Amino acid sequence: MYVAVKGGDAAISAAHAWLGQRRRGDEALPELSADQIDEQLGLAVDRVMAEGSCHDRGLAALAIKQARGDLIEAAFLLRAYRNTLSRFAACEPIDTGAMRVQRRISATYKDLPGGQVLGPTFDYTHRLLDFALAAEGVPPPEPEEAEAAEGTMPRVTELLAREGLMARDMPGGDEAPPDLTREPLPFPTPRPLRLQSLARGDEGFLLGLGYSTQRGYGNAHPFVAELRMGEVEVFLAPSELGFAISIGDIAVTECQMVNQFAGSAQNPPQFTRGYGLAMGHGERRAMSMALVDRALMSKEMGEEATAPAQDAEFVLLHADNVEATGFVEHLKLPHHVDFQSELEKLRSIRARWQADREAAPVQEAAE
Amino acid sequence: MNAITPRNAPENAYNFAYLDEATKRMIRRAILKAIAIPGHQIPFGAREMPLPYGWGTGGIQVTAAILGPRDVLKVIDQGADDTTNAVSIRRFFARVANVQTTTRTGEATIIQTRHRIPERPLTEGQVMVFQVPMPEPLFRLEPRLAETRRLHALGDYSLAQVKLYEDIAKQGESGSSYNHPVMVGGRYLMSPSPIPGFDNPKLHNSPALMLFGAGREKKIYAVPPYTTVESLDFEDHPFRPVRAPQRCSACGSATSYLDEIIADDKGGRIFVCSDTDHCAETQGL
Repeated sequence: MYVAVKGGDAAISAAHAWLGQRRRGDEALPELSADQIDEQLGLAVDRVMAEGSCHDRGLAALAIKQARGDLIEAAFLLRAYRNTLSRFAACEPIDTGAMRVQRRISATYKDLPGGQVLGPTFDYTHRLLDFALAAEGVPPPEPEEAEAAEGTMPRVTELLAREGLMARDMPGGDEAPPDLTREPLPFPTPRPLRLQSLARGDEGFLLGLGYSTQRGYGNAHPFVAELRMGEVEVFLAPSELGFAISIGDIAVTECQMVNQFAGSAQNPPQFTRGYGLAMGHGERRAMSMALVDRALMSKEMGEEATAPAQDAEFVLLHADNVEATGFVEHLKLPHHVDFQSELEKLRSIRARWQADREAAPVQEAAE
Repeated sequence: MNAITPRNAPENAYNFAYLDEATKRMIRRAILKAIAIPGHQIPFGAREMPLPYGWGTGGIQVTAAILGPRDVLKVIDQGADDTTNAVSIRRFFARVANVQTTTRTGEATIIQTRHRIPERPLTEGQVMVFQVPMPEPLFRLEPRLAETRRLHALGDYSLAQVKLYEDIAKQGESGSSYNHPVMVGGRYLMSPSPIPGFDNPKLHNSPALMLFGAGREKKIYAVPPYTTVESLDFEDHPFRPVRAPQRCSACGSATSYLDEIIADDKGGRIFVCSDTDHCAETQGL
């Protein structure tokens, strides 16, 4: 007699134990600490913070350890955790103009006020595997310290705006900005929500879309007006105080991308900007985001919108890798009930098809 | 089969049923609105849950929002209490809400389900919570939500009717075997979630409250008790629920929905109830 498949309970426990063993790996090797991940795999931590929508290096490092280095799984862990925290206030807008810059470059100007600061970048390295790194214990070379730049580092886009060449983005009103993590996305989607969605979107997806706008799918002609990375102060104005106090510093990467705009009856030809902001050090993300942000403005600019990157519903509803991986991977779950009805359906349709075929020669003879 | 599982020691690290009270209130408001407009999709601020999208986050959030300490929870996936996803979700609520769980349909006050409605008729006071992957019944015909919202507002379901007509014209019957769309209260076209067409008639005038949660798509909708639910069809081609024309090899039922099991590598197969509780009850276990 048939006995139905059982044992889900025991199987889950055993699978999780095995997973734990795999996570630890060879016990002859020292265990990786979350601190080591934070310090030595810092860009992975940055990506997980961005896609996990939570600025906490320690938690992101723990998530990476728990996820065995699977960064989407780590972002998912961090997102699930952040939802258990109560929201007690919203901070003031951060001022990236006042950033303590570690890196700042402009592609549109050879030199500019504040100078070009390369900072800790892969740019201009030769991509050769460094076998010296495989031999542990070799200390990295000491970087030469340049003199701190004098004065401020004005935003390049502001320089263009002063000349009337760049459309200014008007600051929002007093009303609180909409919050993607509290409300579902409406369509059409206002720009603040588009930017929020892109800021936590999958880096690879944003990268591919941004790339497509460069290859003729969306007709973009972008320039990196400015890319800056460093620490900004976060201010909070508790209602009982009535003024803002600093609650700490976070590292962010900001990209302002310049695009041409042909002009319209109302607006003169000018540059428009695509904007990207990422928590931590995430240049690829910030740049891709800026490209896609600009592509998504095409409708508002009265431009022809035919490319995938210009389609807000397509971009925003598929950018979230926690959502995407969930739905793709859910195909692993049992579907045998639905499949059973598919089986019956197919048999029924095939039987009818067969019957029709058997009747067919008679019809042909009649014609 | 085990019946009621007693409450465990509480897990204190999280609020009752995981979500904070403000989030639960937000979800309850969406549920109330959904009940007030049967079959209409209500957007809500769905959260990430510690289970992945596609695993039932919408259903889990609905259950978390309505669950009380005296509720008795049943969780099924594909009709069965012992499938891995059902085990996982039941464990989750036993852990974070410390509620009694059961496998008995008759004992449950809340039944969270993926892809099935139990065979045993539901009663007044029971709540079914469906996990919904794609709440928009028109999504394969029109993927743009702005457009489908307009079609719902106009009650324009010609896309679905033409699709059904084309299916019948081409292959003699409807092409959808599960997730066959239904008209709720004569007004809104609704996805019944991917339940087999066999289960569609159980939605009609049910004494139980039917709640549908789509987490990734951030929608909640409902069928209140005793609401008309008609599967989309034509007068001359009435909707026909299908099941495998066999008997359950465990309990002998000729009326329950059956799973087909491959028994050997020579094409042998047997059929058993998908609803494990119903099968056990029929066998007197």
